[in-house]
Amino acid sequence: MSLVTTGTRLGNNTRRINTVATRKRKKRKSSEDAQRRARPFWSGTITFGLVSVPVDLYPGNRTNRAPLRMLGPEGEPLARRYYSQKSGHDLDQEEMVRGYEIDKEKYVIVTDEELERLAPEQSRDIDLRRFVDLESIPPLYFDRSYFLVPAEGSEKAYKLLSETMEKSGLAGIATFVMRGKEYLVAIFPENGILRAETMRFADELRSPKDIDLPEKKKLPAAAVKKFEKIIAKNSDRHLSLKDLKDEKTAQLLKLVEKKRKQHKDVVEVEEPERDEGKVVDLMEVLKKSLARKRKTAA
Amino acid sequence: MTVRAIWKGDLKLDSTRVPVKLYSALQDQTVRFHILDERSKTRVKQHMVDPDSGKEVSSEEIRKGFEVEPGTFVILDKEELESLDPEASREIEITRFVPPNEIAPEFYDRPYYLGPDGDQTAYFALAEALRSKEKEGVARWVMRKQPYVGALRAEGDHLVLFTLRNAEEVLSAKDLPRPAGRAPDKKELSMAKQLVELLKGKFNPKDYQDEYRARVREFVAKKAKGHAPKLRLVKTKRQGASLEKILSKSIESLKKEKRAA
Repeated sequence: MSLVTTGTRLGNNTRRINTVATRKRKKRKSSEDAQRRARPFWSGTITFGLVSVPVDLYPGNRTNRAPLRMLGPEGEPLARRYYSQKSGHDLDQEEMVRGYEIDKEKYVIVTDEELERLAPEQSRDIDLRRFVDLESIPPLYFDRSYFLVPAEGSEKAYKLLSETMEKSGLAGIATFVMRGKEYLVAIFPENGILRAETMRFADELRSPKDIDLPEKKKLPAAAVKKFEKIIAKNSDRHLSLKDLKDEKTAQLLKLVEKKRKQHKDVVEVEEPERDEGKVVDLMEVLKKSLARKRKTAA
Repeated sequence: MTVRAIWKGDLKLDSTRVPVKLYSALQDQTVRFHILDERSKTRVKQHMVDPDSGKEVSSEEIRKGFEVEPGTFVILDKEELESLDPEASREIEITRFVPPNEIAPEFYDRPYYLGPDGDQTAYFALAEALRSKEKEGVARWVMRKQPYVGALRAEGDHLVLFTLRNAEEVLSAKDLPRPAGRAPDKKELSMAKQLVELLKGKFNPKDYQDEYRARVREFVAKKAKGHAPKLRLVKTKRQGASLEKILSKSIESLKKEKRAA
């Protein structure tokens, strides 16, 4: 295979391929479905000092509570496929490669193996080399949330770490490479479970200067006072989760329920042997995973 | 490089309005790859197919359905879906104020810097008031047909508006069982505490660089020139000793490091 390739540029339908793991995962057949779903998103090791704690990582957010499936004219669930614009044929995973565009329609091919090898084994450990006050981290840095649960046999060291952190009230900071990307994380305990909040690197954030925002000028005290009054009047000591309710999804579910009761536009199809687009109950997966640990730990 | 505003609106606090422009606070540094057809080395496209026949279904023929139980879908047509879109508005309503840190890290999603759109005094006065009162505003608004919940904060002298995840999107550890296992003994706990104390410091974002991203960039550049470096997989060893021994070793070596520094 040549290193630099030429091709025709057609359309702008691009997507980032992540890593080996993602690609293999997508290929798995539905017979392994239940197993796959109970499997963690990633497995790795937290180290602090010379202590290492093997952990499994699960997502801590659900992205879409009510995803809509794409259906055909008869209501049959559709599948998303990649196809070659050259031949018009659908492509399997192994017929596709990852390319970095160095010039118009010129790509450098980068393989899964190369990406894997660019991350030295050591860089995959979540090495907690600093502990900080969680509240001192500006929320600008927070990106995504994950749960780290003890992996087989690591319950004792895990508990030691989470209890120590719980008592100190500190968050551990580390960088690590996971599935073809490096992450900066803050790790902190919540109900004895470690949460890993991925954070943005400093160069991924703009400053007011980058945006050319005007600088503050001298303010009349009355202008500030006016807002202080409004703030004082509308302040609560606690955040109410009601304020963060997803009203649109609630309405969508209501509409769905109404139509279902009226037997309007309801189609039943034989579920094909596929797991694309199915909703996974993350909470159940996590509970199961923690329960399994419970058994082995006892 | 000038950064362009992505949206304009009015912050609304009671009956007071502060006109603002929104700018993304993020600059993407991702090394972007494209998916290519291996044979022709051209970019691939996506389409929807009927998995049984393998036939393409055109976008006009595609219908959207919500799966109420495995294999049973309730179909929603375009008009019905549009009826769920919130009314268009330019108001970012600040419904209440809460102390900072009331909103847990896992709720924060995307940050936007706000810039004044005209009235600079009101803009900076609001930022100043948020800071002096040590409060964060809870917001709701509609942007490009999507409803958002958010948080309004002062960062330095400026205002930042965050989109927040909905309550339903965040999993709480409080709903999960605490991990089981034998409780660590006192000695281990006090040593671990000592270790954490030795590693205690300030969060300084500049201390962390995405080294992997830099390595990927460098590798791609070299490969483009035709001489890709050989890569080896390096393995690290794992511990075998007792927890207590490892802890005391860690403390020792950290103390040494500190003395040397």
